[in-house]
Amino acid sequence: MKFVCLECDQLMQYRERSLPGDGTFGAAFQCPACGRTIAMLANPMETQLVESLGVRIGGRTLQEQPLELLRTQLAGRDDAFVEPGADRLNGAVSWSPEAQERLARVPGFVRGMVKRIYTEYAKEHAIACITPGVMDQARSELGLEGM
Amino acid sequence: MKIPSYHAVSGTDVSDLAGQVARQHQRVNDRLQKIGKVVAVMSGKGGVGKSYIAAGVALATAERGKNVGVLDADLAGPTTAQLLEARGPLLIDDDGVLPAAGLAGVKVFSTDLLLHDGAPLLWRGEASESFIYRGALANGAVREFLSDVVWGDLDLLVVDLPPGTERLQDLAQLVPDLGGVVAVTIPSEESRRAVARSIQAALDAGLQVLGVVENMSGYRCPGCETTSPLFPGNAGEYLARQFGVPLLEQVPFDPSPNPAVRLSVLSSVMLP
Repeated sequence: MKFVCLECDQLMQYRERSLPGDGTFGAAFQCPACGRTIAMLANPMETQLVESLGVRIGGRTLQEQPLELLRTQLAGRDDAFVEPGADRLNGAVSWSPEAQERLARVPGFVRGMVKRIYTEYAKEHAIACITPGVMDQARSELGLEGM
Repeated sequence: MKIPSYHAVSGTDVSDLAGQVARQHQRVNDRLQKIGKVVAVMSGKGGVGKSYIAAGVALATAERGKNVGVLDADLAGPTTAQLLEARGPLLIDDDGVLPAAGLAGVKVFSTDLLLHDGAPLLWRGEASESFIYRGALANGAVREFLSDVVWGDLDLLVVDLPPGTERLQDLAQLVPDLGGVVAVTIPSEESRRAVARSIQAALDAGLQVLGVVENMSGYRCPGCETTSPLFPGNAGEYLARQFGVPLLEQVPFDPSPNPAVRLSVLSSVMLP
């Protein structure tokens, strides 16, 4: 989809997305000519519809994780997966106690994947310690609803 | 107010949803490069033993020394993992999710390995609206089973489909070079009518119907090993004649617990 500033006849540029945590989704677009900004707001049904296709408004900046759609959308068993490589990935990144507590609340079925995503994000941004603030930042940038 | 059309506006659609979907399909194609042939086992009717037949042909093929996988696309009613004694947990490495190993080294992937015992398939999200997106989720799940499971080098991947034709049509779009479908029926007239519809749907979709398998063709007594009729009807022969395809196997009902039948004729047709 494209957003057009009719006044300037210009394609509006994607700026950022917003995940308020209530199942809705928002994305901001700005006209490069006049600076006017708009927000596209999707209700939970619309948000879920897009998510069910396994795509992201605003594009993807993070490589898709194995079985990402299934793991984020299905209520599966906590012990379905084993990720021995996750510890190797964690090497240079630590987790604050608050971040660990928040991670522990993520359903077991998807927790390994979520941990890997936040760890990769932290490494890419040279962040040494993952805190709830870092998690919020990553969620917003990467469009990680429900994580 | 003049509203331009999508194509009239120059510039990059940064979301590029169509491109994201295309890249999803490309990942499926990349994974299929190492798979010699993909064949689907289908029926228009539930309870005819598709999974039993899928497991049987996989075992026969593996015992011929071939590398075989079974993808259980019946997300809500998975049984293949149990038939092939494949269990989790599933290992995830940098390449993806490793399938479970079943009897004779058959690789298996199924929602049976992801759900708690007895738990129904349940999608997250607003239950009241779920009918809108449930189909997309199911299609996406099958897509991920194809692209994200590390099947490795396989001679044959058997896809065990749920009853009906919806998933077959989805599969045909995900796997353009689908090597054919096998239709499973039981002898009854009710089964014949339902399976005829699914065979016609497969033909209408341009797929090759390799043949018909008639399951529960009779009852084999475990004591004296004679076979007696179980269901009235001859749906297998009828369908084979109606659609000009071979009746590949007639498999009697075996009351042994979890029998591991070997369907060698079907195996040689799927993978000559």
